[in-house]
Amino acid sequence: MEYFLELFLSGLIRGSIYALIALGYTMVYGIIELINFAHGEIYMIGAFTALIVASVLTMLGWNQIAIILLASVVAVIYSSAYGYTVEKIAYQPLRGAPRLSALISAIGMSLFLQNYVLLAQTSDFMPFPSLIPEFKFMESYEHIISSPEIVILATTTLVMIFLAFLIKFTRMGKAMRATAQDREMAMLVGVDVDRIISFTFIIGSATAALGGVLIASHIGQINFYIGFLAGIKAFVAAVLGGIGSIPGAVVGSLVLGWTESFFTGYVSSDYEDVFAFLFLVFILIFRPSGIMGRAETEKV
Amino acid sequence: MFLTFPIMVIKVNTIENIVVWRWKNLFIVGIGVFLLSFVWRYLIKRKEVGKKKAEAGELVKPPITQRVLKEPKFYIPALIAVAVFAIAFPFVFSMYQTNIMVTALIYVVISLGLNIVVGLAGLLDLGYVAFYAVGAYTYALLNYHFGLGFWTVLPIGAAMGFLFGVLLGFPVLRLRGDYLAIVTLGFGEIIRLILENWNEFSFGPSGIANIPRPGLFGIQMSLHSSIIYLYFLMIGLTLFTIFVVNRLQDSRIGRAWIALREDEIACQAMGIDKTKTKLTAFALGATWAGMGGVVFAAKTTFINPASFTIWESIIILCVVVIGGMGSIIGVIIGALILILLPEYLRAFSEYRMLIFGAVLVVMMVFRPGGIISDVRRIYRFEERETTA
Repeated sequence: MEYFLELFLSGLIRGSIYALIALGYTMVYGIIELINFAHGEIYMIGAFTALIVASVLTMLGWNQIAIILLASVVAVIYSSAYGYTVEKIAYQPLRGAPRLSALISAIGMSLFLQNYVLLAQTSDFMPFPSLIPEFKFMESYEHIISSPEIVILATTTLVMIFLAFLIKFTRMGKAMRATAQDREMAMLVGVDVDRIISFTFIIGSATAALGGVLIASHIGQINFYIGFLAGIKAFVAAVLGGIGSIPGAVVGSLVLGWTESFFTGYVSSDYEDVFAFLFLVFILIFRPSGIMGRAETEKV
Repeated sequence: MFLTFPIMVIKVNTIENIVVWRWKNLFIVGIGVFLLSFVWRYLIKRKEVGKKKAEAGELVKPPITQRVLKEPKFYIPALIAVAVFAIAFPFVFSMYQTNIMVTALIYVVISLGLNIVVGLAGLLDLGYVAFYAVGAYTYALLNYHFGLGFWTVLPIGAAMGFLFGVLLGFPVLRLRGDYLAIVTLGFGEIIRLILENWNEFSFGPSGIANIPRPGLFGIQMSLHSSIIYLYFLMIGLTLFTIFVVNRLQDSRIGRAWIALREDEIACQAMGIDKTKTKLTAFALGATWAGMGGVVFAAKTTFINPASFTIWESIIILCVVVIGGMGSIIGVIIGALILILLPEYLRAFSEYRMLIFGAVLVVMMVFRPGGIISDVRRIYRFEERETTA
């Protein structure tokens, strides 16, 4: 039972991190129907920015709480700016072009950003300081769940509540939903669609950056390649839950986190990724629109 | 300015290192980005002007490459020149060059295979390298266990590629474009991971060594002559591929693929079996990859799973996209450029992938058709001279 609980929790942690990245995918997909391949890279850039800021501040001798807060804020801002720029350069000129073109452009962008960081930084794994402090009151539960994990869970939950609020109740959220449903119609009723799309990219990148900071300080090391696998996994999660649906992304991420964690725990860790992909294939075969997605009929 | 501002600010950040503050880099990047942004905006403007012209109904002249290709006066001598060059190549240049050329030709063959899937049928396949791996491992394993020769395995490799194409294609082809891309990517990774982890079957990450080169009726050849032999073999295979793809393009099934790419629903309405057509495209593409894999294994005499990562798929995709989707000559030129250039520009090899990425984006934005785009066949209504 203890073992089960451990796996359950590690799955939950994994799932919530996937969720932070998957949210960006799903939001972008919901609005412009494009798999943003560069999303994983944005996440990686977030982690790198946080690393740089944190190391500089540590040298200056700041206190830990201030470092983590400032590092996260800077990471979020920079990643958002990246997301915004990527959208402006690689996707906006392709609006209205065939879907394949935009997809290839996205792959190109991902390749570019990855190698850009590789060249600007190093190809080695960089140690990432564990930014999240150990809380005093957590000591008695330490053997089950550590403080960084609690922070990850709490942040993910907060972000989700915030997003849900943003999309349900604000003017911007309303405009986003309208754009997702029918872009031309939204334009007709006076929604500035370009602005909404930029906004979506910014929000998505910001959550990804947050995920980047959290997971990097949880795992303890980063390199330029982390974005790719995390991006793929998060995308799998988004598809599992039904791409385009925000609760779906969360559910899909948790399901993926748990399956991976239980599979690794009970079967074998060598084939963990194989299993994740097989799972995706099966879901797509039997339920092509994902767990919570709506089946869409194509219009002629 | 609006556009350049964020880029400049951001690039500053990642360049500075933890210990070393590289202000010089920052300066260079700043200037570079500033200048590039002007070029960028100029190109965007030009593109928009072009679009407006097209909308206004002005006749856009066909690009120069197309006209050259259409004119028999130009292309027949060009063809002869290429043929002479191809035959003379291994005797004029060194063994090293020939070896590179063989690699490039392998890429030509598999890119033409992918061209069937992506260019003609419009199915984005990001796991194409899996079939390449299947071919390579088929040869390596059959040779290791049963001592089968290259010529026996070449058709077997092709058949294995076909089989895997059908096996993997069958469940996923009902999915729409983006899902298909991600699932094929998943399959590509699955195959690679299995090859890496299943030690008893594939010898894991250490790979398989000592794969024999192809032989000619049992004649022993030196290393040099066997590479020349391999070169001509690849030329033959390339010609065969070009011939087949060319014939396929104009066949009933080729036209069905193109129709499918353009509009699935209209295509179904015309009575084309969607799944079957997609499946043939997928399986035929995989067949070429399987053959390419066999030759690859024979050429390098050593394979391991690290040769078959997702980036390999993406490079092949780059070849197809940059060369021009659906156009045979475009894909060949694309493969030669993309594989040969990095070999000769060793100094820039660090920047290779960076440039690839940038080129992909720029290509999609400004010239979505590739270097030599496929002409859409248009039925021209010939206006007869009406007698006054």
